[in-house]
Amino acid sequence: MSNIDVASPGSIEQKPMLQIQNVTKKFDDVLAVDHVSLDIPKGEIFALLGASGSGKSTLLRMLAGFDKPTSGQIILGGQDITSLPPYERPINMMFQSYALFPHMTVEQNIAYGLKQDKLPKDKIQKKVDEMLNLVHMTQYAKRKPHQLSGGQRQRVALARSLAKEPQLLLLDEPMGALDKKLRTRMQLELVEIIEQVGVTCLMVTHDQEEAMTMAHRIAIMDAGWIVQVGSPTDIYETPNSRMAAEFIGSINMFEGKITQDEADHVVIESHLLNAPVRIGHGIATALENPDVWVAIRPEKTRITRDKPATDINWSSGIIDDIAYLGTHSVYYVRLDSGKIIQANMANTERHGERPTWNDPVYVSWEESSPVVLNN
Amino acid sequence: MEVTNVQQGNSVFGVIKQIFPGRKLLIATPYLWLLLFFLVPFAIVLKISFSEMVIAIPPYSDLVEFADETLNISINLGNYLFLAEDDMYIRAYFSSIQIAFNATLLCLLLGYPMAYAMARAPQHMQTTLLLLILLPSWTSFLIRIYAWMGILKNNGLINNLLMALGIIDDPIIMMNTNFAVYIGIVYAYLPFMVLPLYANLVKHDHSLLEASADLGARPWKTFLSVTLPLSKSGVIAGSMLVFIPAVGEFVIPELLGGPDSLMIGKVLWQEFFNNRDWPVASALAMVMLLLLIIPMALFHHYQSKELESTNEK
Repeated sequence: MSNIDVASPGSIEQKPMLQIQNVTKKFDDVLAVDHVSLDIPKGEIFALLGASGSGKSTLLRMLAGFDKPTSGQIILGGQDITSLPPYERPINMMFQSYALFPHMTVEQNIAYGLKQDKLPKDKIQKKVDEMLNLVHMTQYAKRKPHQLSGGQRQRVALARSLAKEPQLLLLDEPMGALDKKLRTRMQLELVEIIEQVGVTCLMVTHDQEEAMTMAHRIAIMDAGWIVQVGSPTDIYETPNSRMAAEFIGSINMFEGKITQDEADHVVIESHLLNAPVRIGHGIATALENPDVWVAIRPEKTRITRDKPATDINWSSGIIDDIAYLGTHSVYYVRLDSGKIIQANMANTERHGERPTWNDPVYVSWEESSPVVLNN
Repeated sequence: MEVTNVQQGNSVFGVIKQIFPGRKLLIATPYLWLLLFFLVPFAIVLKISFSEMVIAIPPYSDLVEFADETLNISINLGNYLFLAEDDMYIRAYFSSIQIAFNATLLCLLLGYPMAYAMARAPQHMQTTLLLLILLPSWTSFLIRIYAWMGILKNNGLINNLLMALGIIDDPIIMMNTNFAVYIGIVYAYLPFMVLPLYANLVKHDHSLLEASADLGARPWKTFLSVTLPLSKSGVIAGSMLVFIPAVGEFVIPELLGGPDSLMIGKVLWQEFFNNRDWPVASALAMVMLLLLIIPMALFHHYQSKELESTNEK
């Protein structure tokens, strides 16, 4: 959670727009959010990723003002908003169910927030037209929400939450109510609109693909606290814990012991693998405990029929199962130790000759591929 | 449907089904019920309203007479004309509608917060609260109105208490006034207002209220611009359920009301039992029915329009 260098768009300023400081929320005796601190710079799209019950929605509701933190501060644009009611916060939210007012037309829904500010009629109309144009819904202005499709409702919900030009936009499971095909299209469309407006955005999702597609940075939440914060690449390629590694994508984990710990390489022996694991760089932190976990992503492994020429970074086994997924196949190889390892193979040829069930094979990987995780 | 009928036509069941189509039988049952117990009595009352009063049993003339090879059909419009002539009847209609309208408004003002609180109460308490609303109606309606007489009369509960406390020296006259009639009607019909309102409010999506707050509306504004418009059909249903029976109410003005609380139910009773003028009483009932059918038809029209718009999905 410490200083992680993010490769985000250059427009992001240094001073954080939103500061969450030591926020804790207790429901009766259950800690839903446990001392969470986060800084989110202006213009960033930030995703809280976690399973249900991880506390991500509670944190979002505290930002919107629907729940009060048990302790801690929420600071938006330098102002402490912790105790402000929702209707006084310069924050707007797009609800998971969209929560469009069913008795109002699209136009009236978008104008609702502006009316609360007692703006003159012509100004409201101008802003509503601008919003309708932004989300390409101008021809549906007079419709009621139930006459719209799921994707159209989402656009209206987005327009409504952007109409007041909030300092912070909250998205609660933005694609939760859409089918898979529409989801991919709307993800990119949503990001495009948000970046066009330039609003700071915090979203909550349980869908890792959604978080990785849309967000500049992601925080993985589990049991009320933040496991890791970083860019999608950071989180995927350098997870800081087993929890983070296992939460995103698939990964193979092996228990092992560090036998050599040098500045330029590390060697780890695992009883699950035939050959030792050699990693071509030193480990940043000196480990007190030599017992560690080695993690290797399935797409960073190779399956061959011939024994690799080296005496490191491989293991032998037989193919237990194959899942053909079109773009690639996932091979489940039962190693000699009995451990099953996942290995991906890209289907680059239409009818190439590939290993099949019960074939003896070797699984190998590059020196740069494994990640060492604390026990 | 026809295809399945043809296929089923081969079997024994199919033949039976063709003779007694289950669906039609099912739909016919309520219609038959309405025909027997609503339309036939209605036709009888309509018939009597066009007859003339005679001193006989039954106390009205026949519309169709056959004597001396002549068929006489006499339709007497006099009863209706009589209603228009005597302004007592017009005043009774007017004051019935006025009292029913005011009572409905009072029920709405009292019932809405009750229904709202019930719908917002914790889940496990809602059943108990519903039961409490219904509980009084387990006792006879008449007994409950008599109980109000005991409470409101000059030496009743309220006056005795206030005099014992020295707040007043002379009893406040509450019995036999319009005030007592209002108390009676509001008391008796409040559940009919609360129940449809509760049924409507409990279905409201809580996230709409949060969305409204999120967009900058204070709680009171949220209530006016989200909760209230969305409960419109509940308000209308509850108001109809109170207004319609209240217009024709007889027991409450008779027992709690005074000589000046003129309601059509009471007038109808007097025509029927005191004057034994069945034709005029029937004409009174017909006009009252017409007066009530208009708001009901409007309500029905509105509801079916509402249904249409929500079904357009």
